[in-house]
Amino acid sequence: MKVGLFVPCYVDQFYPQVAIASLQLLRKLGVQVEFPTKQTCCGQPMANSGCEQEALPVYHHFVDTFENYDYIVCPSGSCVYHVQKHYNVIEQTSSVQHVRAKTVELVDFISTVLGVDTLPGKFPYKVGLHQSCHGQRGLRLATASEFTPKQESATRQLLLSKEGLELTELDRKDECCGFGGTFCVVEEAVSGRMGQDRIADHQKNGTQVLTGGDMSCLMHLEGIVRRQQLAMRVMHVAEILNGNEP
Amino acid sequence: MSSHPELAEKFTRDVARTTWHDETLWFVRQKRDRIAYTIPEFQQLRDLASQVKNHMLSRIDEYLIQFEENAKKNGVHVHWAADAEEHNRIVLSILQKHGAKRMVKSKSMLTEECHLNPFLQANGIQVVDTDLGERIVQLRNEPPSHIVLPAIHLKKEDVGETFHQHLGTPKGEKDPQALTEAARQHLREQFIAADVALTGVNFAIAETGGFVVCTNEGNADLGVNMAPVHIACMGIEKLLPKLKHLGIFTRLLARSATGQPVTTYTSHFTRPAEGREMHIVIVDNGRTQQLGRPDFRNSLKCIRCGACMNTCPIYRRSGGHSYDATVPGPIGAILSPNIDLKKYSSLPFASTLCGSCSDVCPVKIDIHNQLYKWRQVISEEGAMSKSKKWSMKAMTTLLASPTLFALGGKFGRMMLKILPHSLTHAKSINPWAKTRELPAPPAKSFREWYAENNNEEQVNGKTESVTGPSIKQIAKHE
Repeated sequence: MKVGLFVPCYVDQFYPQVAIASLQLLRKLGVQVEFPTKQTCCGQPMANSGCEQEALPVYHHFVDTFENYDYIVCPSGSCVYHVQKHYNVIEQTSSVQHVRAKTVELVDFISTVLGVDTLPGKFPYKVGLHQSCHGQRGLRLATASEFTPKQESATRQLLLSKEGLELTELDRKDECCGFGGTFCVVEEAVSGRMGQDRIADHQKNGTQVLTGGDMSCLMHLEGIVRRQQLAMRVMHVAEILNGNEP
Repeated sequence: MSSHPELAEKFTRDVARTTWHDETLWFVRQKRDRIAYTIPEFQQLRDLASQVKNHMLSRIDEYLIQFEENAKKNGVHVHWAADAEEHNRIVLSILQKHGAKRMVKSKSMLTEECHLNPFLQANGIQVVDTDLGERIVQLRNEPPSHIVLPAIHLKKEDVGETFHQHLGTPKGEKDPQALTEAARQHLREQFIAADVALTGVNFAIAETGGFVVCTNEGNADLGVNMAPVHIACMGIEKLLPKLKHLGIFTRLLARSATGQPVTTYTSHFTRPAEGREMHIVIVDNGRTQQLGRPDFRNSLKCIRCGACMNTCPIYRRSGGHSYDATVPGPIGAILSPNIDLKKYSSLPFASTLCGSCSDVCPVKIDIHNQLYKWRQVISEEGAMSKSKKWSMKAMTTLLASPTLFALGGKFGRMMLKILPHSLTHAKSINPWAKTRELPAPPAKSFREWYAENNNEEQVNGKTESVTGPSIKQIAKHE
């Protein structure tokens, strides 16, 4: 099995440690994984802004980059959702169909493809898990509070397998953080307020380390944590699962 | 004309009121959750409701004709209105035929949509909204800010002030019981004096020609039972094929709307009482146009429960008036562009596409997918600003080329590093920086790191210290 690591554009530029952790974690789990260097982006920023047609060259570039891998694994539910769901507007060649079917979110890959549900190591902190909306409601990687009071996801399970790790119980289990791609700039006032409210929920309930499967949500939340100078560390879930220290 | 971001920004400036508005609606969402969890077949009910509405929409022409035939058999006068103007003229003509001067109305978003009140008032008719929330906003000369909770944007103090001005309650009165009693006495007079009662329609049954009106205050029933003439106004999409389908929807409506098992009054109307008259006005007003748009026809399944508004984190923090539309919130943001794409072009962007609206919707409208699709239409039909379109094209050029992307990224990180914080975070030029810090630029991008380190030993080794300060360092800093 040959796996291509898809590193979202902003992760590549601003959060290399997340990509490094993803790569190391996959290799520790015995996966033959490489980073195809001609990759750029999935095209979601343009498409979500209404410019799907303008984004098509990026879609084709993505398919060209990854068509020869058995799986394309990405530490971002949002980008995976975009490839799976919105690449329906280009011609459905066998390459496009393959790429759409085999692009998988990192934790989902570890749990459903590799069948791994526990990971070794300690992480003795109170961890607040931010379920990103595209992962949770788009890819159905976690149960949604609209359906059931139960909170279930492979991410929770893997995190809880770390010794000493305690998950924060939030007042609002799965509300959107307000990032939303260009929403965070176009609707800056509401976006900022939503992020502040999410952080306040984590503060109130004792989160020491804020984590999640989407660095984009975390970039927005980390921006608020740093602006407010809070003693809260923000880490992508790949970093925690890989054994990085906060 | 202000866009959603401008109106939302204005709303959020009052931090305490935004908190209160958000919490009030979240409370309703939680009530909805609690009652939905207790129905094991709740998700099957949503499926059924969605299928019934899908079926109805696929044969809406036949069902409308069937409904008309049966209603006429029941002795009801049936009228057809192609648009708002025709709807208003029909209502006025019925009022004039009876020499009516005073009309009581139970809440109807359709008449809001048609701007019936100002039209009738201009023609010498006194119109009184009898739903408490609706009456409050009517006295304030405001549109409703929510389709189920029209005055949810107001605090009891605001209501006290409004009633003091219009109903003569003592200044500073904010006791809900006293205010409600004042409204009750005032409305009672209106019910007694009314010549005509107008209601909306929640569900119309093709099989029987009857219809159902749901209220929690009984105001529709009070109006209809006292006035000699009943006018019911309905959009074409309110139809259900058979009476047996109704139970699916009444089980879903109140639970989704307010977390109640059923609305307090679920009143069935079939034929006029002896010596009285009943009229039904069936209105299109853009609905068949939406029916003809395959990507958006699903929006016609809406039963107006308002659950998408209560759950929407944007609606809760921007208020209903920020949408400047008859139906606000997520569902409004997919209905409104059908009416006026240019005027409402900011609404489909007033969303993070989080999908909670679609998951809470009792008839399974794929609201967030339709928001995404409207964005594409707005771009294609030229209703998007030139600068935004240009920047998206530039972004594609950058992102379709690995070389340009790597160079652009390097340049961006370098600028972030060398430019002073006051410039990179200037609130006037960088909206991100108003409430947030930008990410601290790392020394190397991942692709640079990978080019240098992609050998087994290093990749499997300990992580380099490319992260920010550790939690211990932060704690020490405090």
